[in-house]
Amino acid sequence: MTEELDAGFVAKQIADNDMLSEPAPGRHEVGAARKRKEDARLITGRTQWTDNIQLPGMLHVAFLRSPMAHARVTRVDVSAALSMPGVVAAFSGQDFAAEQGSLPCAWPVSEDIVIPEHPPMAVTEVRYAGEAVACVVATDRYKASDALEAIEIDYEPLPAVLDMTEALEEGGPTVHDAGNKAFTWTFSAGDLDAAFRDAPVVIERTFVQQRLIPSAMEPRAVVAQTDGDSFTLHSSTQIPHVLRIMLAQVTGIPEHKLRVVAPDVGGGFGSKLQVTAEEVLLLLLTRRLGKPVKWTESRSEGNLTVHHGRDQLQRLSLAADADGRLRGLKVDLLADMGAYLMLVTPGIPILGAFMFNGIYKMDAYDFMCTGVFTTKMPTDAYRGAGRPEATFAIERLMDELAAELSLDPIEVRRRNWIAHEEFPYTTISNLTYDSGNYEAATDRALALFGYDKLRAEQADRRDRGDPVQLGIGVSTFTEMCGLAPSRVLGSLSYGAGGWEHASVRMLPTGKVEVVTGSTPHGQGHETAWSQIVADALGVPFDDVAVLHGDTAIAHKGMDTYGSRSLAVGGIAVLQACDKVKDKAKNIAAHLLEASADDIEFDGGTFKVRGTEAGTTIQEVALAAFAAHNLPDGVEASLDSDATFDPGNFSFPHGTHLCAIEVDTETGAAKIRSYVAVDDIGKVVNPMIVEGQVHGGLAQGIAQALYEEAVYDSEGNLLTTTMADYLLPSAADLPDFVTDRTETPATSNPLGVKGVGEAGTIASTPAVVNAIVDALRPYGVNDVTMPCTPERIWRAVQGGTA
Amino acid sequence: MTRISLTVDGVTYEEEVEPRLLLVHLLRDRLGKTGTPIGCDTGNCGACTVILDGRSVKSCSVLAVQADGSDVVTIEGLSGVDGRHPMQEAFHQEHALQCGYCTPGMIMAAIDLLKDDPDPSDEAIRHGLEGNLCRCTGYCNIVRAVRRGAQSMSSPEVVSGI
Repeated sequence: MTEELDAGFVAKQIADNDMLSEPAPGRHEVGAARKRKEDARLITGRTQWTDNIQLPGMLHVAFLRSPMAHARVTRVDVSAALSMPGVVAAFSGQDFAAEQGSLPCAWPVSEDIVIPEHPPMAVTEVRYAGEAVACVVATDRYKASDALEAIEIDYEPLPAVLDMTEALEEGGPTVHDAGNKAFTWTFSAGDLDAAFRDAPVVIERTFVQQRLIPSAMEPRAVVAQTDGDSFTLHSSTQIPHVLRIMLAQVTGIPEHKLRVVAPDVGGGFGSKLQVTAEEVLLLLLTRRLGKPVKWTESRSEGNLTVHHGRDQLQRLSLAADADGRLRGLKVDLLADMGAYLMLVTPGIPILGAFMFNGIYKMDAYDFMCTGVFTTKMPTDAYRGAGRPEATFAIERLMDELAAELSLDPIEVRRRNWIAHEEFPYTTISNLTYDSGNYEAATDRALALFGYDKLRAEQADRRDRGDPVQLGIGVSTFTEMCGLAPSRVLGSLSYGAGGWEHASVRMLPTGKVEVVTGSTPHGQGHETAWSQIVADALGVPFDDVAVLHGDTAIAHKGMDTYGSRSLAVGGIAVLQACDKVKDKAKNIAAHLLEASADDIEFDGGTFKVRGTEAGTTIQEVALAAFAAHNLPDGVEASLDSDATFDPGNFSFPHGTHLCAIEVDTETGAAKIRSYVAVDDIGKVVNPMIVEGQVHGGLAQGIAQALYEEAVYDSEGNLLTTTMADYLLPSAADLPDFVTDRTETPATSNPLGVKGVGEAGTIASTPAVVNAIVDALRPYGVNDVTMPCTPERIWRAVQGGTA
Repeated sequence: MTRISLTVDGVTYEEEVEPRLLLVHLLRDRLGKTGTPIGCDTGNCGACTVILDGRSVKSCSVLAVQADGSDVVTIEGLSGVDGRHPMQEAFHQEHALQCGYCTPGMIMAAIDLLKDDPDPSDEAIRHGLEGNLCRCTGYCNIVRAVRRGAQSMSSPEVVSGI
């Protein structure tokens, strides 16, 4: 423990024994590094992926996709495909026109928003390469693919719209008749003119958030079936509950006749937070054909048509005093919507609007975002969703400010961040950060990193003119998690609430079933929820089963995204347990012939205060089941539901430090060390938390160094395979040093904040700051992401030229 | 159609296959071996890795007819103490998986890696698994798991399935 931490900060160092896999006797489950229940099926190949499903008479669907970014569809003839072996049916967009509706956008962020019709299958016009224009249904997947080649289709090319700035110019080609502007959204607080007037320092930068492909390892797959009355849709989705409501609205299938199942789902990262064309079309196909139908995308198909992430142009101005104190920030954002507004497309940059000020105090803030249509795949949620972009901007600017003032980047942050004694603190963007301790996390990170020693080495390399320079990148980030208070979502014009639901059922044998509306796709809900319930009800960890992901089993939920599961869904589970205990206490008092006021609950046993008499919650469960001896007017059930709507967001934060060696002669950048100290409040399972941080770091680092979706000048996606779109392998990433400080959230009874997106949000600016820091002596003050060797080499050449 | 015979996880199958049928589709769609998933169509991700005649292959890059007369072991055919291969247990113990989609291929590739280098360094593990992509873990815990698996497999009392 460092001296600084001993000096009375509220953050507490994590005890070593928190990594014990099972709690020591008498200790709580919450906080223990329990091994995951989910693993048993995942490591043995007994997982139920959607593509595993085989049903009697099942047919396979393949989609013909537009090879052009923008064109009128003048003729589609599927007749030749129909005569191919094994082909059962083939359809064009025209065949679905009367019934396919429009894919929904649930977040109309502004009054002026333009939400174009988005037919699941294009009928008269395609607006991005990869848009479905026809389909074949056949007896196996090979035959379906073969028959696509027999479909005849004529296109009349229209001009592609690829550059956001050009797209907004008058008189240019348009994606939709209404023009290329989707919306404008503004926020303003404080007097920005005053903040910039006579400001001693003004930093102006333009940063590009490149387009990313989320790349969950499991490709999307959909299976739809009907018994002639009701429908069941299996899909590799993060949002079975939201999907059910939306699909009912789009297809006209009544909600109560539609069951949506997310079986095991192989990662999402936001990409499976969507209502997709294929989900709608498979429902229409099974309705039309009366047979079960399956579609599984190829990776190339997925790269083209799973929604993309990021893609913003950030024009930024920061005003500061001569001592580095922030005065004001102006953000002018262009956000590429792609060709259509999908489920939450326009809301993504708006989620970032509240985060550009980061952890800092300032006098004024102006934000403007313009959503722009282009002839590319629509963008939507990708890990962090708006918050990584904002965090990148402010954390890069803080490093630029430090360089301008010749201050240490840590020092310039210290002069501006909210001090731990100032919480709760209402920021310039009008969020109230409930808790945090930036000093503690930073001090811990500096100690683990060996900051001073690395700075000394950096100075030495600079002095020696070493061709391999050392850069140190800082990122002191926060994020808003636990999406979201329903009232806030309402004020932002979102189409739904942000609550979560849970049910807890006490079975007659004393075992427990937990039904959760949070839908896992790799996070480990079954383990974490079992830990929460084990503590709350005093039952063994292994006696808890967690049910999820099927609207026929878990009928109500808002699903999983935005680091919301624990901070919202976990609290619903806890509250349902509290209700179970309240009901059980009443019955226990009756069984023990005592007043309920005299009953205490501890470790699974109800006791009469001051006596040895007691009964376990399992015994009460059996008594409730038998119902032979219940108090008058008490129902024969302990089962309870709870719906939790958070009163505020949660605000994880942390300090990430990255050391990078940059070869100025080749442009190669190699991460030498990476330290992540995160404060995510109380922790339910430190093993799962560490895993989430690791994975988040990998994705954030990959944005900084490797990944970019590239379209050519005609709007064709060039990065359609994993050979072209560079996902990092084990050989491309370092080992990470992770640690935690802990200031509990005050907005929920567990004190938890959320961790799913933290690593991704924090790491991208840490890495780019490190690269720019290495190259400052060469006159470099930015490198565009991804910072490839070529881009770094060119920056060095440009800087020294 | 071509007639082939192959052993998968200890069971011999005789199948009539189209020459173009991929081994992974034979495994998944015909033999019900859905433990082996497909993550890409270009041989980059390694999710479909199986052991073919003792060496790891990406089963999306092998034709079923090429496996004629071969012995295939998938994730479903691994065995060991408590029904788990030591590498499977190591992945569980080290939290080397989250969504688990890459895990079957990662485990098979790791087992093959140890055949050439029974006591690999972290760097050797990272390079040895370069052909297997994971989007969830950031790889740190996978490296730890392979190290742990290597230790378990080198201890004499452990019986390895392959």
